[in-house]
This record gives sequence, structure tokens and C-alpha cells, in this order.
Amino acid sequence: MSSIFQSLDDALSAIIDGCMVVVPREVSGVPMAATRALIKRGVKRLHLVALPTSSLQADLLIGAGCIETLETSAVSLGEFGPAPRFSAAILSGTIKMKDATCPALHTALQAAEKGVPFMPLRGLIGSDILKHRSDWKVIDSPFGNDDPIVLLPAIKPDVALIHAAMADRFGNVWIGRQRELATMAHASNKTIATVERIYDGNLLDDPVLAAGTLPGFYVDSVAVAERGAWPLGLPDYYSADADHLAEYAKMAATPEGFAQYLDKYVYDKRAA
Amino acid sequence: MCMTSAPPKVRDEELLADVISRLIGDVRHVAVGNASPIPATAALLARERNGNGRPYVSLLQSRKHNFFTDGARELFDCAGQGRIDVFFLSGGQIDGHGNINLVSIGDYDHPKVRFPGSFGSAHLYYVVPKVILFRTEHSRRTLVPQVDFISAPGANAGNVYRPGGPIALVTNRCLFSFAKGRFTLDSVHPGHTVEEVIEHTGFDFDMPGSLPATVPETALPSPATLKLLRETVAPQLAEVYPQFAAQVFGVKAFGDGEKALTV
Repeated sequence: MSSIFQSLDDALSAIIDGCMVVVPREVSGVPMAATRALIKRGVKRLHLVALPTSSLQADLLIGAGCIETLETSAVSLGEFGPAPRFSAAILSGTIKMKDATCPALHTALQAAEKGVPFMPLRGLIGSDILKHRSDWKVIDSPFGNDDPIVLLPAIKPDVALIHAAMADRFGNVWIGRQRELATMAHASNKTIATVERIYDGNLLDDPVLAAGTLPGFYVDSVAVAERGAWPLGLPDYYSADADHLAEYAKMAATPEGFAQYLDKYVYDKRAA
Repeated sequence: MCMTSAPPKVRDEELLADVISRLIGDVRHVAVGNASPIPATAALLARERNGNGRPYVSLLQSRKHNFFTDGARELFDCAGQGRIDVFFLSGGQIDGHGNINLVSIGDYDHPKVRFPGSFGSAHLYYVVPKVILFRTEHSRRTLVPQVDFISAPGANAGNVYRPGGPIALVTNRCLFSFAKGRFTLDSVHPGHTVEEVIEHTGFDFDMPGSLPATVPETALPSPATLKLLRETVAPQLAEVYPQFAAQVFGVKAFGDGEKALTV
């Protein structure tokens, strides 16, 4: 049996041009080292599903020309302001945007993990989000009396891409409280994890660790990427790098500045 | 910087947090979403004021002030069941019907301005009983007659399941309450006037007694509230809003918020 652990580039080989990739929100362990590796490789036409929002990761991928379709509820740099490459791409019409609301994405992935074609969700009626989503439907609840409710089709990504604290050689990944990472993995055809370190032993042998573990059954490849969420944080391990995010917000405000950022931090070239 | 550098004067953020914490009232669970430092301050203040750990306060982006163990969806499942009593929403535009726009200005397919997106508004606005709208920029640009895009509507047709919705709108100038599809000017913050509120509001609203002179001034936070805010709330806030806590209260995060732990 070949090792579950691979080099970062090999682990990411299942993310091919045009595939649908689901990634977690900005505070749940975002695989940023993997994101930089994908940009370096020049991946194209991704359908990115950010569960349920994104920050630097979506902005970088958009700016680098890797995204064809973005499906999420919001992209923002939070305290560091708007996501500049996201805003620019929407204004110039260079990406296809599928606006959602946070629980709609959670619900649609839950439908996929249950193997059912759709799930209902309250809210949304009277929102223009619904008006622009021809794939969402309103029905009269068969269990109600004049009770309209929205149905969301299952989202079945090709790949779930996550970052977590540790994995063992059986492919079990400790995700702690970030349970949406498990939902993403359950819903997706393949799961790729980057981790801070290798756990020496079997995570499922310890009941305390097992409760926060994504079983290796769902996991296709793992790569070690120390500080792999940088410059974002990893819950319970390290905080976001505020100085770096401020620098990004400043540089990415213009296409030229963004190109310099890529040269300096992604392509390992010196900024002009 | 340290806490002693906090200014003696009442800051706008402190006044607004106090106003919001009074709107929260006696409830069991207050949740605060992304990018909402003043509502987060208000929620923590409401809890510290009671001194018994109630209401439960869930700050979405926080590790410490967040009891959820079932992933990011638990907040929405909780809200859908009616287990969240108060939530906060804002908008790039808010109109007189309580509609909020978090998406774009102009035509959706060819917008002039793009905002981050609707976040959880198109669910939470419907199911949380007390939604407090909050916008620090009170202008005709933000408070408009009709929003360009409805992320979530202020009200629905009678057959739509909607136990929740807006109860108030807090701005840098005033406090509006919301009922029966309209805003009423409840109070004007110290240093601001009713005439100024009318001038800078793009939608029609009601006034108690229908006269500017009958609109009261918003009460300032008490010395006890200011002490709680500066000494007890601010350090807790620094974990999730470090820039805000540093700028407003001159406080830095304690302990593990700052330094990477060894994995």
C-alpha cells in the first residue's frame, strides 16, 4: 500500500482544470499553502464553492485567473476591507457568480452527504438571491397548508480541499471542532488534506481524538504543509498574520500591485 | 499600548454599544456575525451587565465566545429552530421597508459597486425574532428609498414562514424602531439633531407625536457601563476584533490570541 502522504504538488493532482472544489471559510483552516501551489501550477476554470464564505483564498485564486465560477455567500477581507480582486472581477464580469446565503451552502452539501437530491431551507422567499438562482425552486410544502418553502439541489463537489492540525498514516485527519470539514469531505468525490504534522499512531484509537477526526475512509491524499493556513490562522494553533493581510489588501488594490504580490509570495520571485 | 490609555470621554462606539445592548433586552441567546465589532461589544456588554453568564453570546469568528461544536452550520440550524433570540445585520443599502442590500449597486448583472455578499441574511432575517440593523454611515447613500438588490426583505406575504425580522435600526446619528413595515425615529444621539436626521435619510419615517421637538435625545452610557465596557468587555473583544479593540479601547488581546502555539 502506498503512503497516504504525498508531496504537496502530488497530493493536489486530483484538482484538474474545470473541476468543482469546495473550500472552508476563512476561520476554519484554509489550505493556503495548497492554494499557492495551485496558482503556481496554473490551474484554470475552477468552480470554487466557499463554505459558506471566503477571504484571501478566493481573492487570490480570482486575481490569478484560476476561477470560472464562484459559489459563495460573501468574499471579504474582514477588518482589512473589501476583497479587491473579487470586486474587480465582478465589476468586469470575468467570473460567473452564484450568490448564495450561508445556510443554503451548508444545506446543499448536507443533501449531498445524505445522498438525497435536494433539501429544503426556510427563508430566501422575497430575496433577490432566489430570483437569480434558477437552480433553486419554491414548492408548497407537502406537509403544510399553504406553506411555500425553498428547495436546494445537492452540491456534489469533485474535491474537498482542507487544512487541519494533524493526520495519521491511515489518512485519518484530526479536524477538531471544524465539523464543516467533515461535511465537505462526505459530500465530495475526493478529499485532499494538508496538515501541520503527522500524528504518530492511529487517531481513531483515542476516543477523545476520534470524536474530532475525519476518518481516512473519506481521504484520498494528505500532504504536510507546516503553517499551511498562513497568512490565515488555524483555530487553536495560530492566529492570522494581520500585518501580512494588511499588506495584501494594499497591494491587491491594483492589478499591478496584485501581480507584484504574486511574484513576491506565490511565484517566489522578487517584487519589482 | 495598555488599558490606561482609554480616553475618559464617551466615544461614539461606546454610546452605540450601550444603545444596542439595551435593545437586546432580557433574552437567552445573542449571536453576532462577521465584521460586526460594535454589535459584538454590545452583546458582551449585555452579558457582563447581568453578571450571570446570560445571555449566551456567540461570536461567529471567535474561539472563546462560541460554544458550537457541530461546525459552521450549527448557528443556522440553531436559528432555524428559534434558539437564537437576537442577531445583527447591516447593508450597503437599507430602505424604508427594512429591505437590506449586501450585494451590489446598480443592475445585478452589470453592477457599479459590488459588496461582499449576503452572508446568512437571507435565512437569519426571517427566523431570528429580534434582528437589529446597524449601520454607522447614516447618509442618503446608505439609507435609501428602495434598495437595488434585496439580500433579505424587511417583511413577507402572510403565508411565508417568518417568525423573525427587524426591530430597530441603529446609526451614528440616531435610533429608529421598526414595526408594521415602517421605521419610527425613537431618539437622536447627543450632538445630532432631528433636522440633520431628516436631511441625511433617503426614506420616509415616522416620529413620536409627529413633531421634531418630541423626539428624545439618546441617553449616554452610565459610568458603570463605561467601566464595564473598558475594563471587562474590551479585553474579551480583542481576541476576535484586534484592530477595533486597539483603536477604540487601546487594548490588546490576552495570551493565546497573539502567539502561535507549538503544534
